Amino acid sequence: MHLPLQRTEPHGPVVPGLQIPELDQCVHCGLCLTQCPTYRVTRLETESPRGRIHLVRAAGEGRISTGERFAEHLNLCLMCRACETACPSGVKYGRIAEAAREVIGPPGSALSRAVARLAFTQLFPRLGRMRVLLRLLRFYQRSGLRAVARVLPRRLREMEALLPPVPARFFTPEAEVLPAIGTRRARVGLLNGCIMPLLFGDINAATVRVLRRNGCEVVIPKGQGCCGALNVHNGETTAAKAMAKRNIDAFLAAGVDAVIVNAAGCGATMKEYDHLLRGDPEYTEKAARFSALCRDASEFLADLGLTGPLGPVDMTVTYQDPCHLAHGQKVRAQPRQLLAAIPGLTLIEMEASDRCCGSAGIYNVTHPEMSRTLLDEKMTSIGRTGAEAVVAPNPGCMLQLRYGAQRAKAGTAVYHLMDLLDQAYQAAEDDAGRARA
Amino acid sequence: MEQNRQPQIGNGDRGDASRRDGDASRRRALVQELRRIVGDAHVLVEDADVIVYEQDGSILQAMPEIVVLPADVTQVSEVIRAARRAGFPIVPRGSGTGLAGGAVPAGGGVVVSLARLNRLLGVDYRNRTAELEPGVINLEVTKGVAKAGFFYAPDPSSQAACSIGGNLANNSGGPHTLAYGVTTNHALGVEVVLHDGSIVWLGGTVPDVPGYDLCGVFVGSEGTLGIVTRAIVRLMRAREDVRTLLAIFDSMDSATQAVVDITAAGIVPAALEMMDKTTIEAVERGAPAGYPRDAEAVLLLEVEGVREYTERALRMAHEVCTRAGARQVRAARDEQERQALWKGRKGAFGALGTLAPNYYVMDGVVPRSKLPQTMRAVAEIAEQYQVRIANVFHAGDGNLHPNILFDIRVPGALDRVIEAGAAILRACVAVGGSLTGEHGIGLEKRDYMEWLFSKDDLEAMTRVRLAFDPQRAFNPGKIFPTPVSCGEVRRAPARIPEGLWI
Repeated sequence: MHLPLQRTEPHGPVVPGLQIPELDQCVHCGLCLTQCPTYRVTRLETESPRGRIHLVRAAGEGRISTGERFAEHLNLCLMCRACETACPSGVKYGRIAEAAREVIGPPGSALSRAVARLAFTQLFPRLGRMRVLLRLLRFYQRSGLRAVARVLPRRLREMEALLPPVPARFFTPEAEVLPAIGTRRARVGLLNGCIMPLLFGDINAATVRVLRRNGCEVVIPKGQGCCGALNVHNGETTAAKAMAKRNIDAFLAAGVDAVIVNAAGCGATMKEYDHLLRGDPEYTEKAARFSALCRDASEFLADLGLTGPLGPVDMTVTYQDPCHLAHGQKVRAQPRQLLAAIPGLTLIEMEASDRCCGSAGIYNVTHPEMSRTLLDEKMTSIGRTGAEAVVAPNPGCMLQLRYGAQRAKAGTAVYHLMDLLDQAYQAAEDDAGRARA
Repeated sequence: MEQNRQPQIGNGDRGDASRRDGDASRRRALVQELRRIVGDAHVLVEDADVIVYEQDGSILQAMPEIVVLPADVTQVSEVIRAARRAGFPIVPRGSGTGLAGGAVPAGGGVVVSLARLNRLLGVDYRNRTAELEPGVINLEVTKGVAKAGFFYAPDPSSQAACSIGGNLANNSGGPHTLAYGVTTNHALGVEVVLHDGSIVWLGGTVPDVPGYDLCGVFVGSEGTLGIVTRAIVRLMRAREDVRTLLAIFDSMDSATQAVVDITAAGIVPAALEMMDKTTIEAVERGAPAGYPRDAEAVLLLEVEGVREYTERALRMAHEVCTRAGARQVRAARDEQERQALWKGRKGAFGALGTLAPNYYVMDGVVPRSKLPQTMRAVAEIAEQYQVRIANVFHAGDGNLHPNILFDIRVPGALDRVIEAGAAILRACVAVGGSLTGEHGIGLEKRDYMEWLFSKDDLEAMTRVRLAFDPQRAFNPGKIFPTPVSCGEVRRAPARIPEGLWI
């Protein structure tokens, strides 16, 4: 009896863009499976990191096509990178998935792909347009027009429900350089971001106050722009590279000790600008220098050590590790250290705090079903802690968790870590004011 | 899809060109039937869906024809009936973390993934048992009962990902196998689906049922007898105290002698692990754990139990090691020191990457009394085949893991490595040992079975197999040697998984 072991031999064209060295490191041990949110839900190997890596390898060798099925599996990935935390071999899965998405392009129907492409190339790189769009959205939300949305098809109605209310004021720094309060300990740059100043202007203002109170001179260079994270995650690298260069130039010219980021997704991308711009001789060294300067706000403040009196914030909270902070940047302890430093605040850990909430950039729009399954699971974990609020230092997670709290009809408030630190400093100031009076 | 067709094994009529049309229509009918049973989403046939099931944790690959994921025992039973009617082989699969190709569909056929049968059905603390489905992840069992002060003892290095079903199939062990035994010692009963789709219980809820131990026959059968759909496993009480000791030796001989003496002294450590000089060098290069670089070998010993026992056992182990020639013996003073000692051991496999780009891990077993001479034989084989070998293994139960270091890009290196591996296993068998401690025979070592067993032995085993599975429908091509060695085994390069603890 002859028993041949065969495999599908290459029958299609090889795809050089998919033959990347990161693939060689995977020994398909499978330790990533149980950490992958989409594998946990589907139990399908194709929706696991090991499976997707194998698909990319096979497509690169021409053993399978990069057609619809391939794209579906790669696009169901949240890019949360929990698999990178689980991997004993140090496989950089994020890079493999990004390379694949560069080949297959943005997810969704032809129309949504076109919309995404337009946003990546025309909107995110030009923040003036973003402001105009958000102003229009604000007008829409405040006029009676919102009632009209009820007649929209179900899918569009759901997308409409995801839209956060646009605040009355955007964040506009009063000057490009804001002095430290007290003894100057560092000169830091702050990424203003694309969505942050428009939808979360208060958080940027809070971040500036907290940094200044900790002796940081804060520079918000006018030349900066969007970090390009959404572009990179969805396989658009041309505009992304231009956006990266713009930020590198703006921040290196500012002569800062660190570049502070209060959005985890942006921080993870900026820390990897050196990889994005590899092979660009003019920027190789500059990008490496810039990436080495990038720090999440919590990472920077915990390392620097908080100064000044913190007043009480009487609250029970739980902490959601943003994927791009815990898995992408390996920052887990620092945010918890800072929370522990706030008097009156109690932290109750939830189960699987580092599991994705389903926000994942534009994922909640492109894959609403999977996104909601993960969100419901997350809201259950949060509910079990009995905490009155959840802290998630990343705008995408905050929007998603607010949507989740609304869906679950739970009164859970959602805060950024900088919100709470700012409140604590404010409380101390108020106390001091009262004492003087 | 036609390019995926695999010649059928067994009766071997699938390769016949005149039958091909009939085959294609049979296959279409089967796919339709399977879709009816489990739903469209859980029958995979496209290249881009099934190709991920061509591999497990080993370096072997073969394409499945159809992958099906049933949700419960009724579906499993119907799937098996349908596949048998269509004459397709059935390859059960858990998490696919095996290291011997056990879940690789060597002859094509239908891969039945049990990943969706993943419910922890019930825990009975008074009788210390848990009832669970085969897709439950090993570590989840302990996580589920830890708060009540219990644990599930078999702890393979892949326990965060491997399934109970896979553990049952491979009779898996782990570092704590030494004290608590392997999976078969913890499986009380299994519900299985046989080749005709019938659902039967083997064993029970108590440790010893009258009659033949058919649950014992099933455990370790590597998916060749049927499919486990439910299991009752034993739970154990968490121990009061854990103590860890590091013994440093100037020669491998005295280190292996210490293992022999510890066993002879009647000390039963929870774990007794060894690392040689090459491994120590790798660990200290990678993530330093404070092992002395000039030592020839170190032993890591752990004892668990009530405090009165652990203190006494630790003292005895200390004396035995010193007498065997240890240059230094030190006990961890607190949990932090204990973790630091283990960190080096747990990171050892990953650290081998600091020495070479590839490795091939062997899994031989020898009687503990033969450890000294076997380790000498391994050193001789390394010299003879001109390969570098790093030894890091479960010394306490004589389960060797010689890692042959190599660079797959060097022409001929892989062949030499596989020959050296075979020579090591021969040496293990020659002293009364075995081919595998915990990884199973699978595809990888089936051709070596003849070293260990006579023709009569293998025939007797085959008769057991045929009693359960008369047509060899389940996982064909595994465990038993084939007369013609296979020409197209595809071996993929294996890199060192950092921190992987085998």
